[in-house]
Amino acid sequence: MITGNIITDFSLLILFLPLVAFTVNIFFGKRLPRQGDWVSIGAILITLILSLSMLLNMFMNWDPDFSHEAKFIWMDLGAFKIELGFWVDNITIVMLVVVSLISSMTHIFSLEYMKGDIRYSRYYAYLGLFTFSMNGIVLANNLISLYIFWELVGVSSYLLIAHWFEKPSAAAAGKKAFLTNRVGDIGFFIGIMLMFTAIGSFNIQEVFTGVSQGLIGGSLLTLAGVGLFMGAVGKSSQFPLHIWLPDAMEGPTPVSALMHAATMVAAGVYLTVRLFPLFSPDALLVIAYVGGFTALFAASIAITQNDIKKVLAYSTVSQLGYMILAVGVGNYIAAFFHLLTHAMFKACLFYGSGSVIHAMHHSLHELDDHDTDPQDMRNMGGFKSKMPITYLTMTIATLAISGVPFFSGFLSKDAILAGSLGFAQHYPQHFLLPVFGFGAAAITAFYMFRLIFMTFHGEAKMPKVFKGIHESPRVMTFPLMLLSGLSIFIFYTLPYLNPLSDHGWFTELIRAGDSVVPGNPTAHEIGEGVHHAHYTAMALSLLVAGLGIGLSYLMYLKKKLSAEVWANKMGLLYKLSYNKYYFDENYDRFLYQPLLKLSRAVAYVDWDLYDKYFINGFGRVTKWLSFLTGRIDYDGLDQSIVDGIGRATQGFGKQLKQVQTGRLQNYMLFALVGVIIILVIQTI
Amino acid sequence: MNHLLSWIIWLPVLGMVAIAFIPRDKTELIKQVSAATTGIQLALAIYLWRIFDASTGSFQFMETAEWIPSFNITYILGVDGLSLPMVILMALIGFISVFVSWNINTAVKGYFSLFLLLNTGVMGVFLSLDFFLFYIFWEVMLLPMYFLIGMWGGPQREYAAIKFFLYTLFGSVLMLIAILALYFTCGNTFDMLLLMDTAPTALNGVLWWGMSSIKVIWVLLFIGFAIKVPVFPFHTWLPLAHVEAPTAISVILAGVLLKLGVYGMLRINYTMLPDGVFWFAGALATLGLINVIWGAMCALAQKDLKKMVAYSSVNHMGYVLLGMAAVIAASEMNGDNLISAQAGLNGAVFQMFNHGTISAMLFILVGVIYDRAHHRDIEGFGGLASQMPIYTGLVAVAFFAGLGLPGFSGFVSEFMIFIGAFPVFRTIVIISTIGILLNAAYFLWAFQRMFFGPANEKYKDLPEINKRELFTVVPLALITLFLGIYPRPFLDMISATMNVLIEQVVSLGGLAGVM
Repeated sequence: MITGNIITDFSLLILFLPLVAFTVNIFFGKRLPRQGDWVSIGAILITLILSLSMLLNMFMNWDPDFSHEAKFIWMDLGAFKIELGFWVDNITIVMLVVVSLISSMTHIFSLEYMKGDIRYSRYYAYLGLFTFSMNGIVLANNLISLYIFWELVGVSSYLLIAHWFEKPSAAAAGKKAFLTNRVGDIGFFIGIMLMFTAIGSFNIQEVFTGVSQGLIGGSLLTLAGVGLFMGAVGKSSQFPLHIWLPDAMEGPTPVSALMHAATMVAAGVYLTVRLFPLFSPDALLVIAYVGGFTALFAASIAITQNDIKKVLAYSTVSQLGYMILAVGVGNYIAAFFHLLTHAMFKACLFYGSGSVIHAMHHSLHELDDHDTDPQDMRNMGGFKSKMPITYLTMTIATLAISGVPFFSGFLSKDAILAGSLGFAQHYPQHFLLPVFGFGAAAITAFYMFRLIFMTFHGEAKMPKVFKGIHESPRVMTFPLMLLSGLSIFIFYTLPYLNPLSDHGWFTELIRAGDSVVPGNPTAHEIGEGVHHAHYTAMALSLLVAGLGIGLSYLMYLKKKLSAEVWANKMGLLYKLSYNKYYFDENYDRFLYQPLLKLSRAVAYVDWDLYDKYFINGFGRVTKWLSFLTGRIDYDGLDQSIVDGIGRATQGFGKQLKQVQTGRLQNYMLFALVGVIIILVIQTI
Repeated sequence: MNHLLSWIIWLPVLGMVAIAFIPRDKTELIKQVSAATTGIQLALAIYLWRIFDASTGSFQFMETAEWIPSFNITYILGVDGLSLPMVILMALIGFISVFVSWNINTAVKGYFSLFLLLNTGVMGVFLSLDFFLFYIFWEVMLLPMYFLIGMWGGPQREYAAIKFFLYTLFGSVLMLIAILALYFTCGNTFDMLLLMDTAPTALNGVLWWGMSSIKVIWVLLFIGFAIKVPVFPFHTWLPLAHVEAPTAISVILAGVLLKLGVYGMLRINYTMLPDGVFWFAGALATLGLINVIWGAMCALAQKDLKKMVAYSSVNHMGYVLLGMAAVIAASEMNGDNLISAQAGLNGAVFQMFNHGTISAMLFILVGVIYDRAHHRDIEGFGGLASQMPIYTGLVAVAFFAGLGLPGFSGFVSEFMIFIGAFPVFRTIVIISTIGILLNAAYFLWAFQRMFFGPANEKYKDLPEINKRELFTVVPLALITLFLGIYPRPFLDMISATMNVLIEQVVSLGGLAGVM
C-alpha cells in the first residue's frame, strides 16, 4: 500500500528523472562513455519501474475513485494566486505507465537504430526532455501546467523531427509541426482565459466545481470548451490541423513511434478525456464531428500512400480521430481505452516499420545505392522469410488495429463504435457519426493489410536489395515482441478471460465520471446507450473488418483484383487521396504565401513609406522651413529691411545732398513752400 | 550604507573621472576600470535588492537635499518596487555590456567615458523623485547615446544618430511642457511625491482651451514616453538606431532604454493623472495590439537579423502596454476585478524586465555572428548548427525565450498580461494572441534559414563562440530560465508596489469625469 506522500514522491521522480538525463546529456553527453546513452536509459528504466509500482499499487488498492492531489504556490500577488501541482488518479497512473513504457522501448530500440548517429547524445537528451514534458501533461492538476508542458512537448517534437536538420525537408517539418501546434495552442489559451475569467481558478477540479455551480454556461462555456479542444486538434493532429503529422515522419522512426504515434499525439485525447466533464453538449458535438470526420478522412488518404511511414502516420491521425469521436459522443473512457491499446500496437507497428527501414538502409548501403527510397513499399515485398520476427509482430499489431477478436484493438474499437452507434440511436440526426466510425474501420483493415502484404508477402520487387535484407538485432526485436504481446486481449480483460467483452480491470478501475455541466446526460445514461448498441456494433464492426481484410487479401495477395485498374476506375478520388486532398498546396497558396506577402507589404509601408516619407518628412519640412526662414531672415529681413533702411537713408541722404546747394534763394523758396503747405493743412 | 542610491547613480561618473586620467593608449586599463565600476554598481544594486523591504509599496532609501530652493527644486531620490527591478536590470546590462564592448578599438577612452555617463543618466531617471532632476537625467542620457551611435556605429551611423536624437528630443520637449504645466497648476513644486498627492485633485475640472487639463498633460507626457517605448506610430527610429548602433549599445538600448518610456508612464501618468488612465486605457490596449501585430509582421519580413530582432522589440513592448491597460479592471465600474489588475500590471513590469534580458541576449548573439561573418543577412547563412553547435544552442535558447516558450520568463509575463487584460479587453486580447503565432513564425523561420540545412562552405571556418562572449550571454540565459520556472523572487519584489499603484489609479481615477 502506497500512501499519498509516496505517490507525490514517485510522481516527482517520474517527472524529473528524465529531465536530469536531458540536462546531463545536453551538457556532458559527448564526453561521457557511450555518449551518455546509459544515463538516459537508466533514468527511463527507473521511471518505468516507479510507474509500474504505482500500477501495481492501483491493482492492490482496487479503488475506482482513487484521487490524490499535491500542489505548491507558484505565484502569489495577493488576489492573483496560482498553485501548480499533481493530480494523480487511475487514469494518470495508466497513462504514466504508457508513457514510460513506450519511452523505455524507444530508448532501447534506438540503441541500434541510432547507432553511429552524429548527434547521438543530443538525441537521447531530447528523448529525456520529451518524456519529462509528456509526464508533466499527464500529472498536471491545473490548466497552466497543462499548457506549459503542452508547449514543451511541442518543442521536444520540434527538436526531434528536425534531428537530421541537414535535410531541408526535416528542418521544414520541425517548424511546421511547431507552428501548426501553436495555432491550436492559441485556441487552448483562449479557452483557459475564458475559464479563468469566469471561475477564477486554473485548478482543473476547481474549474469543474465552478462549471457545476453555473459560473460559466451557455455559449460562453461552449466557446471555452471548443477553445480548449483546439489544443487537442493541434496536438492530436485532427482536421484541419492534421497537416503536420505526416511531415513529422522526417524524424527518426523510434521517435515517430514514441511521439507521433503512441504518446505525444495522444496528449490531445488525454486532454479531452481529462476535461470531459466541462464540455457543453454543443462543444461535444463539435468534438464528435471533428474526430469522426478525421477518422474517415485520414483513413481515405492512408489507402493510397506508398511510403510505409506515411501509411502509418495517416493511420495514426485516423485512430486519434476515433478516440476524439468517442469523447464527443460521451464515451470518453472508451477513448482512453483505445489510447492505451493503440499506444501498444501502433508503437509496435512503427518499430516494425523502423526495423524494415533499417534493414533496407543497410542493404542499400552495401549496394552503394543512394537513390532508392528505403521507405517506399513498392521497393519491398517478400520480407516475410528474411524478417520473421518483424513480420509476425507487425501482423499481430495489424490484427489488433483492424479490430479482430482476441486482440486488444477489437475491444477498444468496439467500445468506441458502440458508443457512436448508441449516440446515433438516441439522436438519429447525427447518423453520420457511426458512419464515419464504421467506414474508417473498414478502410483501416484494408490499408493495414495492404501494408503487410506489400511489405512482407509476394515477390521481392528489388531482388538485389532483397538479398541484403536481414532481421534486426535483439535490441530492436525485443520491443516489437513485448508490444505485440501487449496487443493480446488478455492484458486488458484480466481477471476475466472473455475475448469478446471489454469487461476487466480497466473498465472496473477506470470509471466514467459525470459531466459537471448542468443538464448533460450522466455517465450512467451514456453507459446505458452504449450497452444497448453493443451487440449490433460488434456484429457490424466484425463485418466491416472482414470486408476490409478480404478486399485487401484479394487485391494485394491473391491479385484477383488489380489495384491499378481500381485506381483508374476511381480516377479523381484516387488522385485526391494520393495527393492528400491538396491540403498542403492550398494552405501554402491561400494562407502562408498571402501572409508572407502581407508581412512584406507591412514592412514596406513601415520602412519605405511611413518612415521615409512621413517621419523623415518632418525633417524635410523643418529643413525647408528653416531654409525659408533663413531666406526671409537674410534676404527679406536683413538684406531688404535692415540693410534697406540703411540704403534708404543713404539714398535719401544722397538726394538730400542735392538740396544743400548753398544758394540763399533756393533756401528761401523751400521755406516759402513749407509755409504755404502748413497754411493749407491748417485751413483744411 | 548611507546614500546608497546616490552611490549607484554617481559611481559611473567617478569611473569616468578615473578614465579621464588614464592615457588614451592604455585601452585594457580603461576597459578594466569600466568593468570594475559597473561591477561594483551591480553589487550595490544586488545589495539594495537584498535589503529592500518588499512587504511595503512605499519609497525607501530616500535622500533629500536642497538644490535650487528659489524654484522649489530639490535633489530627491527614492526606490520602490517599480524602480528597483529597473535599477537591477540597468546594473546587470551595464556590467555585461562592458564585456560586449571589449573589442571596441577606436577611441576607447571616449567610448567608455560616454558609456559610463549613459549609465548615470539612466540610473538617475529611475531613482529621482524630483521632476526637474528627472528631466535633467533624461537629457543627460540622450547625449552620450547620440555620440555612441554616431561615432562607433555602422555605415549609416550619422543619419541614425541624428534621427534618434531629434526624435527623442522632440519627445523631451513635450515632456518639459507637461512638467511645467504640472508645476504651475499644482502649487509650484517639482517634488513628485507631492505631485502624486496634489495633481489628481488640483487638475480636476481645470480646462485649457476648452480641453480637460488632465487630457492635455496626459497626451503630452504620453507622446514623450511613447517615443521611447516605442509605441506605434513613433517606432521607426528604433530599427534604424539598432541596426546602426554598435552591439553593446543596441543591448543597452533594447535592454534598458526602451523601459524608460513605460517607467515614465507608470511613475508619472499613472500616479499623477489617474483619471487619464481610465480615459486612455482603451487606446493604450489598442496601441499595444498594434505594436504586437505590426511589430511581428515587420519582423517576419526582415532579411537583416538585427532588424528582425529590433522589430521583435516593438512586438514585445506591445504586450507591456496591454498589461498596463489592465489596471482599470480593479475599478468599480469594471467589477472590482483586482485579480486581473494585479496579473496585468505585475505582468507588464515583469515583461519589461524579461524583455530586457531576452533582447539583450538576442542582440549579443547577433553581434557574435556579425563579428565573424561581417554580415547579418538571414538568408546568407545556412547550416550553422553543425558548424557552431554551442552558439546554435544559445541562439535556440534566446529564440525560444523570445517566442514565449514556457520555461522561460517571457512566457510567464506574457501569460500574466493576457490573463489580466482579458476580462476588460476581450477582443483585443483575442486578436493579439495571433501575435504569439507570428512570434514563433519569425523566430523559427529565421532559425531554420540560418542554422539548418546543409552546411555553407563559405563559413566552414567560422570559430565557435568564445569564452568572453559566453560570459555575456550565459548569465542572461540562466536568469531567463530561472524566472521562467520560478518567478516568485521577482514578483514578490514588485507586487506590493504594484498594489499601491493599482490603489492610486483606482481610488483617485475615473472620478473627475474626463471620460
